[in-house]
Amino acid sequence: MNWPLKKNGRNGNGYGGSHDAIIEMKAIRKVYDTGKVQVEALKGIDLRVAKGEFVAVVGPSGSGKSTLMNLVGCLDTPSDGEYYLAGEPVAGLDRDRLADVRNRRVGFIFQNFNLLPQISALENVEMPMLFGGLPKAERRAKAESLLERVGLRDRQDHKPTELSGGQMQRVAIARALAMGPDILLADEPTGNLDTTSGGDIMALFSELWDQGCTLIVVTHDPALAHRAARIVEIRDGLVTRDTASPA
Amino acid sequence: MQMKLIFQLFLRASQLEKKRAALTVAAIAWGTVAILLLLAFGQGLKEQMMRGRRGMGENLAVIWPGETSQPWKGLPAGRPIRPIADDVAYIRSRLPDAEAVIGEIHNWGTTLTYGKKTVTGHVIGTNWEYGEIRNHVPQPGGRFFNPNDEREKRRVIFLGNQMAEDIFGKEDPVGKTLLVNDASYLVIGVMKPKLQMGNYAGPEDAHAVIPITTFVGQYSRQRLNNLVIKVRRPEQMAGMLERFMEALASRYRFDPTDAKVFGIWDTVRSSKIMANVTVGIQIFLGIIGGLTLLIGGIGVANIMYAVVKEKTREIGIQMALGARSSWITGPFLLQGLLYTFLGGAFGLLAALFLVILLSLAPTEGNRALEFLGKPTLSLPIGIATAAILGLIGLLAGYFPARRAAAVDPAQTLRYE
Repeated sequence: MNWPLKKNGRNGNGYGGSHDAIIEMKAIRKVYDTGKVQVEALKGIDLRVAKGEFVAVVGPSGSGKSTLMNLVGCLDTPSDGEYYLAGEPVAGLDRDRLADVRNRRVGFIFQNFNLLPQISALENVEMPMLFGGLPKAERRAKAESLLERVGLRDRQDHKPTELSGGQMQRVAIARALAMGPDILLADEPTGNLDTTSGGDIMALFSELWDQGCTLIVVTHDPALAHRAARIVEIRDGLVTRDTASPA
Repeated sequence: MQMKLIFQLFLRASQLEKKRAALTVAAIAWGTVAILLLLAFGQGLKEQMMRGRRGMGENLAVIWPGETSQPWKGLPAGRPIRPIADDVAYIRSRLPDAEAVIGEIHNWGTTLTYGKKTVTGHVIGTNWEYGEIRNHVPQPGGRFFNPNDEREKRRVIFLGNQMAEDIFGKEDPVGKTLLVNDASYLVIGVMKPKLQMGNYAGPEDAHAVIPITTFVGQYSRQRLNNLVIKVRRPEQMAGMLERFMEALASRYRFDPTDAKVFGIWDTVRSSKIMANVTVGIQIFLGIIGGLTLLIGGIGVANIMYAVVKEKTREIGIQMALGARSSWITGPFLLQGLLYTFLGGAFGLLAALFLVILLSLAPTEGNRALEFLGKPTLSLPIGIATAAILGLIGLLAGYFPARRAAAVDPAQTLRYE
């Protein structure tokens, strides 16, 4: 699969995105104002990701890919440009609306797992559903089935500190899936893992992709990048390459 | 849904931090005890002062003679003006709406002898209304002198309780005969001990009172040492005193605006000042207590700032997972309020316990303690304290919560 990048991002239907585009970014700029100096982290990104794609975002550190990921995940808002997430404009939303969008549409997976340390694996998986307002019984049942899916049902009552890195990351993936998000957004998901656990996680990603999940992965790991169908390279705040994976 | 969620998140967070929470609650409790006890002492003092003021009588003006300071209609300045016992009737006729007008003639250094016991004391001749307006309430078995005693110049005497004890010791003085400067008097009553702040002729428990007519007959003195006017309502006092001046000015021929002719102690005015002073004292005590409580509140806020700082990452995670800012701030606000509430409750219990304990302690005979009064907890004190506590609790939670809400998830999540 290769999605040619449209220069100005317009697709002509005037709706903000075609029906199968999950992510539609047009001329996105992000400027950090550090008092005296203004740093332009993103200089006009156009990016379109369709439903069911597996995209790897690569680039050297300082290229702006972290900033891009924050914007895609609605953790931050662009200084300029348009962003539609599943057809919904996100650029002008306030903090609480953004929180709702993150809750419903985005599943985050972090390099350092970012599980809440004092509560069990099961409660960690329940957390997004708590914010999403699901009743307790439903939360419990769904969290259990998600842990089953990542193969950790027998560890559901363990605290994160009692789990290995690979297990923590699988709990984090279960948590990311909890609200049935439109995209899974992973930031160096194998960066803190040994090769074996990393391989397991990559296999899990491939499995999720096969099941129809849309995956966006920021990574330095060529092995992981090559599992993706599409590689987007960022340099100096611009998309410099957008190709189908050679694999 | 929102409140329930915030509460769930709060319960989850408050499982931790037990030791810190206990210390914080203790700080608030201590502050609460401090403010409640200070206010309770203030209230006790205020009530005691009010009682003390009532001890001498209320709505009184005490007047003593002086000299003119202005020439008046050809008469020179510096003339002493000395009303006499008969002027009382005249003043009453000119001030018909006064509740009472009485004259007093004092005799210090009077010898009072009973059996072999002789004391030197202060005897006052006055009108029978004195007993009522000056709060000379007789102890059971006795009475103050009445209009008949005054009209018939009876030799009856009413003793202050201290003087009665000095002369008669444990014996009951009522019905006994007492020699006053060698004239025999019948003791008809002894004053009930009373709390008194302020007097104008020495302590009242150590003087004796006889009818003014009897006094004039025995000592052949007419000139009054004091006039006392009592009004029905405090606001009448100023006008009453003006008319008093006019009445005497026309009889003794002086300038009615001459303030030096009489010394006047207007207790209405001084009790207003006193009331302001007691309010001032209470505010002062309240502020001290409030500051103590504030320090407790700062403790709460401080601990919660530390919690926010420690949990920055967790807050960031929760935000990334879709927590709205109120779901982040809510638990902190609740925590601040809960700590303050618990501290306040413990503090209230401790303060109640202490106040009850203090009220059981004997103050009888100890002048300092008697003056201080009993610490009293009242509803307004409780309401004021609760309001201050609530405010401090909200503030102690609000500022840390605001910091928590300001956490930028994008910043906190990425790096270790």
